[in-house]
Amino acid sequence: MNLSNSSLVLETAPEPHGNGPDLVVNNLSLTFPDRDQGLHVLKDISFLVDPEDFVCILGPSGSGKSTLLRVLAGLLTPTTGEVIYQGRGLAGPRREIGFVFQKANLMPWRTVRENITLPLELQHISKSVADQQAQELVNLVGLEGFEDSLPRDLSGGMEQRVAIARALVYDPRILLLDEPFGALDALTRERMGSELLRIWQARRKTVLMVTHAIPEAVFLADRVLVLSPRPGKIRLDMPVDLPRPREEGMRYSVEFGEIAKRLRYAIG
Amino acid sequence: MDLTNTRKTARASHRWLWSRGVYLVPVSAGLAILVWHLVSRYGGFPAFILPSPTLVWERFTNALLEGRLAYHIAVTLSEVLAGLAFGVTAASTLGYLLAKSETFERFLAPYIVASQSIPIVAIAPLLVIWFGPGLLSKVLICALIVFFPVLINTIVGLRSVPDELRDLMRSLQATGWQTFKYLEVPSAMPVFLGGLRIGATLAVIGAVVGEFVGADRGLGFLINIGRGQYDTALVFVAIFTLVAMALALYGLVVLVEMRLLSWQQRPDNSR
Repeated sequence: MNLSNSSLVLETAPEPHGNGPDLVVNNLSLTFPDRDQGLHVLKDISFLVDPEDFVCILGPSGSGKSTLLRVLAGLLTPTTGEVIYQGRGLAGPRREIGFVFQKANLMPWRTVRENITLPLELQHISKSVADQQAQELVNLVGLEGFEDSLPRDLSGGMEQRVAIARALVYDPRILLLDEPFGALDALTRERMGSELLRIWQARRKTVLMVTHAIPEAVFLADRVLVLSPRPGKIRLDMPVDLPRPREEGMRYSVEFGEIAKRLRYAIG
Repeated sequence: MDLTNTRKTARASHRWLWSRGVYLVPVSAGLAILVWHLVSRYGGFPAFILPSPTLVWERFTNALLEGRLAYHIAVTLSEVLAGLAFGVTAASTLGYLLAKSETFERFLAPYIVASQSIPIVAIAPLLVIWFGPGLLSKVLICALIVFFPVLINTIVGLRSVPDELRDLMRSLQATGWQTFKYLEVPSAMPVFLGGLRIGATLAVIGAVVGEFVGADRGLGFLINIGRGQYDTALVFVAIFTLVAMALALYGLVVLVEMRLLSWQQRPDNSR
């Protein structure tokens, strides 16, 4: 990555932030109108996320993890409570918040490069600048040589790399990941985890990632939130005190096992 | 590297054509003409019942040299093209609105379905009475017959845009126009073009129906003349010209499909 490029990225970044939290979630509840009672998906959820923290949200299926993430992305409006992003209430999707979906969700008619530049095109950024930023990210996620491939020619892991590159290309402050590796096989999944950490270290973002894999959460996160079964409440908010940078070997350390065990008990 | 690549794809498409039996088309056409020739020669039918292929060919070159055929082709083709343009524009616009609003769809669906239960041949005289025997009534008949398949396919295409991609566009704060341009159009294109393919051939039928009902030019009119004069060879000439026109339009849409939807076609590596 050369200097002129990274200064360009800095220029498009939002105003500098203070030391306050990036994201404040206040008493958030969500009820889907369903039958007479309504379906209570989330109940009284409150937490703060500090800048550049890596937070994993863990919980059994049906605990509303993905729903919570969609609320944080501004794609869903909570029934009560609020999400405050950098001191202001969140009223809808924002460019400073990037979202990576469960499925890679690429446009099949666009090449890898075109998929990555999509967010920039929507912001009317010139093609040459967009292509340059895309190339930088292609290199970062390790897809050199596949710039002109179509999604149909990519493996699941490669598709998710493209999706991550697409979410990073407009340099959001916060990255929301909704079980991004859920559809991958176990080995690819571990490798993608390490990749994600490397990318996160290169691009320092605030990350919130939903997962149902305990080892993945422990390996990646600074902090893990455990949601209860529906209606989802925060059952445990636990820091992960493993040193960084995380190494593959740590997956088999005693501390790792201890943390994983506590999380397992918390999930129930 | 690029060169070998194109050569490889060229060879692949060659094989593709062969596997689809495209080379069999001239063979089968030749066989059909041969059978036709034999029947007309040994069947004992008079020429006004079944003219021989040679007679039809002569009639064809004759009409072509007189400049008569070209004129009628131009008339029918312009009716077809104008009808297609009008019908496709109206159907895709309305289709878009209907796909966006289910209330609107429920409101209009009975009329649209009812209009489809009336055969076009039954409406055609009415349109000729209202809009005269000229170009306009034919264009409207073409447009009407094209309308339904294009409308339905526009709606189906737009409804099949994946919700996840809509969410993506929302999370990227795309405007309505951007969502239309970057997501809805390319995503609905395959189904839409399928409708256009059907519409293109139907438009030719529409033009002929219109010309049958009331016209003094066009290929449909030529068929009427040929019938009146027992010039069966001329009827054959007009029919074959119409078939060629429909095939050409169909082929044109297929070409557009191959160009726009190349992302869909898998290179045939499975064999």
